[in-house]
Amino acid sequence: MSTINLEGTEDTPKIMLDPANGIYEISGRSLPEDCASFYKPILEWLDNFSPSSKMDFNIKLDYFNTASSKMILDILTRLEKIKNTGKDVKVIWSHSEDDEDMQEAGEEFSELVEVPFEIKAY
Amino acid sequence: MDKNLNYIFDLHTTLSTKNIILVYEGEFTQEITKSVLSMAEKNLETTNEEISIKKKVFNVMVECLQNICKHSEEFGSENDDFNTAIFMIGKEDSEYTITSGNIIYNDRIDGLKNKLDQINSLDKEGLKELFKTVLSSTELSDKGGAGLGFIDMARKSSNKLAYDFYKINDNISFFSLQSRISRNKEV
Repeated sequence: MSTINLEGTEDTPKIMLDPANGIYEISGRSLPEDCASFYKPILEWLDNFSPSSKMDFNIKLDYFNTASSKMILDILTRLEKIKNTGKDVKVIWSHSEDDEDMQEAGEEFSELVEVPFEIKAY
Repeated sequence: MDKNLNYIFDLHTTLSTKNIILVYEGEFTQEITKSVLSMAEKNLETTNEEISIKKKVFNVMVECLQNICKHSEEFGSENDDFNTAIFMIGKEDSEYTITSGNIIYNDRIDGLKNKLDQINSLDKEGLKELFKTVLSSTELSDKGGAGLGFIDMARKSSNKLAYDFYKINDNISFFSLQSRISRNKEV
């Protein structure tokens, strides 16, 4: 499986999907106007992926717009599918300690999909 | 003295008495939207406002600007003369105001009004449930909107959204929308 390694910009997140090293991470901020085309390759990658070992998916965003929240849910739905094939999948949602909105966003996402969630402050 | 230039002073006076710290009036392309946002963000960074308040203001700004931009791409293709909008940030002692104004077709009024009235009728929990329902039940529209912008603006501002429709003619109206964000943490 290929690796995805995107550097973050002022309106798109840093994304690292690197199965060889067991790193799955989205971080930074996500507010592109055209969210669907930005996230399309990520969703396609996940559609074709089956982890050979434990998959901890780290989401460490400090801000995202509502269009991105739709795409995050799409990612989580992909992770749920992977989990349903019998794989060990977990989402680690990290938020800044004083950011209640991001903490709450993590809690809301965890209620929308059947994937184990760990929500923690940094 | 050139009397024709008086409007500049008038404009300046209006903006300062209304405590407007940033105003953009004109076309809203994706590039311009990004620039306005980045300018507004820099403007906020220089203040010593509490970080959580800054984030809420930024958040509401993003949704507001991206709403106008999406609408303007749709509306503008057939309405060259009316394809401008206004976006403003005000900073009062007690709150920030984020205001937008743009032209819409009259047949959109009922839909917008219903959506905004529904949002304004809900409390914090109700807004959270509505957000989750819309999030899990809709696809991104071809304009990239998820239909969540107004709900998010109401949630992050913790205030009702003020709005108005000013009829220009039988076809179009001016839609104004304002969110207020308190500068006192957790009121």
